[in-house]
Amino acid sequence: MLIRTTISAIHILAFGLVPTSIFSPAGTPAHSIFDLSMFVFAITGTIFLVVAGLLLYALIRYRNQPGHTGREPTQIYGSNQIEVSWTVIPILIVVVLFLTSARVIFTTQAAPKPKKALDVVVIGHQFWWEFRYPKLGIVTANELHVPVSDPLHPTPTYLTMSSADTDHSFWVPRLAGKTDVIPNKVNVMWIDPATPGLYLGQCAQYCGTQHALMLIRVYADSPSDFAAWVARQKMPAVESADAAEGEAVFQRNACINCHTVAGTVATGRFGPDLTHLASRDTIASGALPNTEENLRGWVDNPDHYKPGALMPPMHLNQHDLDAVTKYLTTLR
Amino acid sequence: MATQTPVSPVADRTTALRPSGRMLEVLHEWVTTVDHKKIGLMYIAYALVFMLIAGVQALLMRIQLAVPNNHFVSPQEFNRLFTMHGTTMVFFVGMPILFGFGNYLVPLMIGARDMAFPRLNAFSFWIAGFGGLLLYFSYFAGSGLYAAGTAPDVGWFAYAPLTARAFSPGHSTDYWTLGVLLSGIGTIGTALNIVTTTICMRCPGMKMSRMPLLVWLYFVTCCMVFVAVSPLTAAQIMLMIDRYLGGHFFDTQAGGSAVLWMHFFWIFGHPEVYILVLPAFGFANEIIPVFSRKAIFGYPAMVGATVGIGFISLSVWAHHMFSVGLGPGANAFFTFATMVISVPTGIKIFNWLATLWGGNIHFTTSMMFAVGFLFQFLIAGLTGIMLSVAPFDWQLTGSYFVVAHFHYVLVGAILFMIFSAFYYWFPKMSGRVLVEKLGKWHFWLFLIGFHLTFDFMHIPGMLGMPRRIYTYEADRGWAMWNMIISSGAVLQAIAILIFVYNMVWSYFKGPVAGPDPWDAWTLEWTTTSPPPAYNFAVLPTVESRRPLWDLKHPEDPDSNYE
Repeated sequence: MLIRTTISAIHILAFGLVPTSIFSPAGTPAHSIFDLSMFVFAITGTIFLVVAGLLLYALIRYRNQPGHTGREPTQIYGSNQIEVSWTVIPILIVVVLFLTSARVIFTTQAAPKPKKALDVVVIGHQFWWEFRYPKLGIVTANELHVPVSDPLHPTPTYLTMSSADTDHSFWVPRLAGKTDVIPNKVNVMWIDPATPGLYLGQCAQYCGTQHALMLIRVYADSPSDFAAWVARQKMPAVESADAAEGEAVFQRNACINCHTVAGTVATGRFGPDLTHLASRDTIASGALPNTEENLRGWVDNPDHYKPGALMPPMHLNQHDLDAVTKYLTTLR
Repeated sequence: MATQTPVSPVADRTTALRPSGRMLEVLHEWVTTVDHKKIGLMYIAYALVFMLIAGVQALLMRIQLAVPNNHFVSPQEFNRLFTMHGTTMVFFVGMPILFGFGNYLVPLMIGARDMAFPRLNAFSFWIAGFGGLLLYFSYFAGSGLYAAGTAPDVGWFAYAPLTARAFSPGHSTDYWTLGVLLSGIGTIGTALNIVTTTICMRCPGMKMSRMPLLVWLYFVTCCMVFVAVSPLTAAQIMLMIDRYLGGHFFDTQAGGSAVLWMHFFWIFGHPEVYILVLPAFGFANEIIPVFSRKAIFGYPAMVGATVGIGFISLSVWAHHMFSVGLGPGANAFFTFATMVISVPTGIKIFNWLATLWGGNIHFTTSMMFAVGFLFQFLIAGLTGIMLSVAPFDWQLTGSYFVVAHFHYVLVGAILFMIFSAFYYWFPKMSGRVLVEKLGKWHFWLFLIGFHLTFDFMHIPGMLGMPRRIYTYEADRGWAMWNMIISSGAVLQAIAILIFVYNMVWSYFKGPVAGPDPWDAWTLEWTTTSPPPAYNFAVLPTVESRRPLWDLKHPEDPDSNYE
């Protein structure tokens, strides 16, 4: 514990408060990787110091000095004892490193799933994330809400992942290592943040033009916050009278081909579910804060913010654009 | 050239009067040559041109990433840049430059007059060269993702299904496929040639156990080419079948497998790293002993370690796929296999260390690059061990840490050793020594630039920065590191310009080398610089691994100890 605290203090001094550092783990998988990485750093660091030290010594000690006679040094062709020793010692190091790694591989990837685990289906799309909670009947995008996991009564979240198009990779460094999200293949990983907070990450496998802005936000909520979030997300879309015009514009345009707003005629699945869009902090897969201005600009021309994004510019007139933006901001 | 029809003296004199006529004649001679030295030099020149192009691509990327939220290049252009940079550096710089040196040196070092199949040699060069031109022709003729681009933009390992027609509708991916396919054919041809030459063309007395280590290293490399490049070639053909003949190997929308492509690619891709690094080891095995004035330490162990690396490297490919979800059993196996390869690699480093030990080390520019290689290869090996630890790799893979690691191998080890080889063998190839003073400038600038760029590149990776992103958010704490990385790139670029200038200047005005400027021990130094066509007037006979040592020290020849 003391070692961990010291290391994290050094880390903050050296790198600042980085929201995505692998050295500030906040969940079990990330913690076990962190501990293993410190062990690996210690071993490789020692090897480096020994070998580089010997090299440096040899280079200085045996350099050609002025006034050298020009006689060739003694020719040595090899030595079986020495060569055996520098074969056997590395083999021993390899065995130790392998056994330590294998333990973490199995405790992470073959861990038994607790009964109270939450299930989330993660679907990677070209340049955004779809999150479905099958047992709760919730569908959302880009911002994953999970309950914090008390180490004594763990409630980890199991992510069952696949892709709708190209390869992606789900990486939130403070919670766990990455797992690829591949079409026609189902991968499972788990996360268990112990403290409430926001954990950032992003797609880590090149997936096309906007790979860079396929960001991930994981909100670890306290049990009561999580329950409140679930209750709200389960409700159908808010119907508000002063947004009726915008809703009509939304429904008679191509918006509904790609987007779902639960309880309305909009049932498209190609783009993010918008039922509770206004409850999210960001739009465009974490690339923009969810403000009215950004929403308006995004609907008008997504390419301006995310060149290569698959949503087409909607070519609405100013009046309709305002109306749709208003409608979207009411979808709490 | 004995292979050409003799030109009559009269016709010869008339063409000599017209400069353009002479130019054409020289051009004709180079285009039609089957001489291993000329082909080797053409390989090297071709690789250097592509190195400058791919270097400019790297600089453009570093300008884009120097500050967060930059708009220097568009995302589409950035994706083309890293795809072309990677593809070019691996297939059209690394491979041809190493095969260039191999072509030039292997016959000379085993006392042969040419390669076993001179015409296959020429064919291999020209087909690989055509592959490179085809890849770059895509800038004029192709179109990429969403028909938005021109050059390929699917990444150098071109993961399926991004390469499927659904996601890459234009032709740029086809140019990538065909360019790499042709380069692979050339590679296999040259590998076949070097293996045959090594087995069949050695001069009298040169048993396998007396071959210079460089020749051994090329021999193992070329054997690996057969096993490693063939799957890549097969995969390219399968991809073309998918794209044009309705196949579904990698087409995930019709039941194909994206993971299958990864296996095909990395069963090529990882041995490929060793295919590139073994020749660099070969250079080190020749250069370090000569400038330490000692025989290589543990020759049999060096050969054994090389063959060991050759075999083990064929069983480590899935360490590129730890995050793919292969399951704990497979991850554990590939963790172990990858760690095991560090044993023979370690043996090599220790043997070089022991060669230096007790020597009389001359710090020529060539040796300084070799020393840089030793330290940097050590670090690259150790970060490689970190990446072999599968759980650690789950964090590091696909991040800038990996980019830093493999550039440490490719630049810090391989390119440093290639520079070392240039300073060492340029006198043999041109007859003139590269100017040492410019060489030292080249070395120090490149060394500082290299460490600024690639040491600091490990950090943003560990701080969560994925590779292949055209921009990043300002709040992630990556900006300062990226600025340092980019500034190092500028220093490296200046160093490369000094190197190019040095080659041109020294070619015309450098000190005359003579046959043996380094007081070396292998057969290429017995002939004139540059060697005549057909290399040796009389085929040499050797008694030991260092024939020139025996010649220079008749009182204490190596043959007494082997």
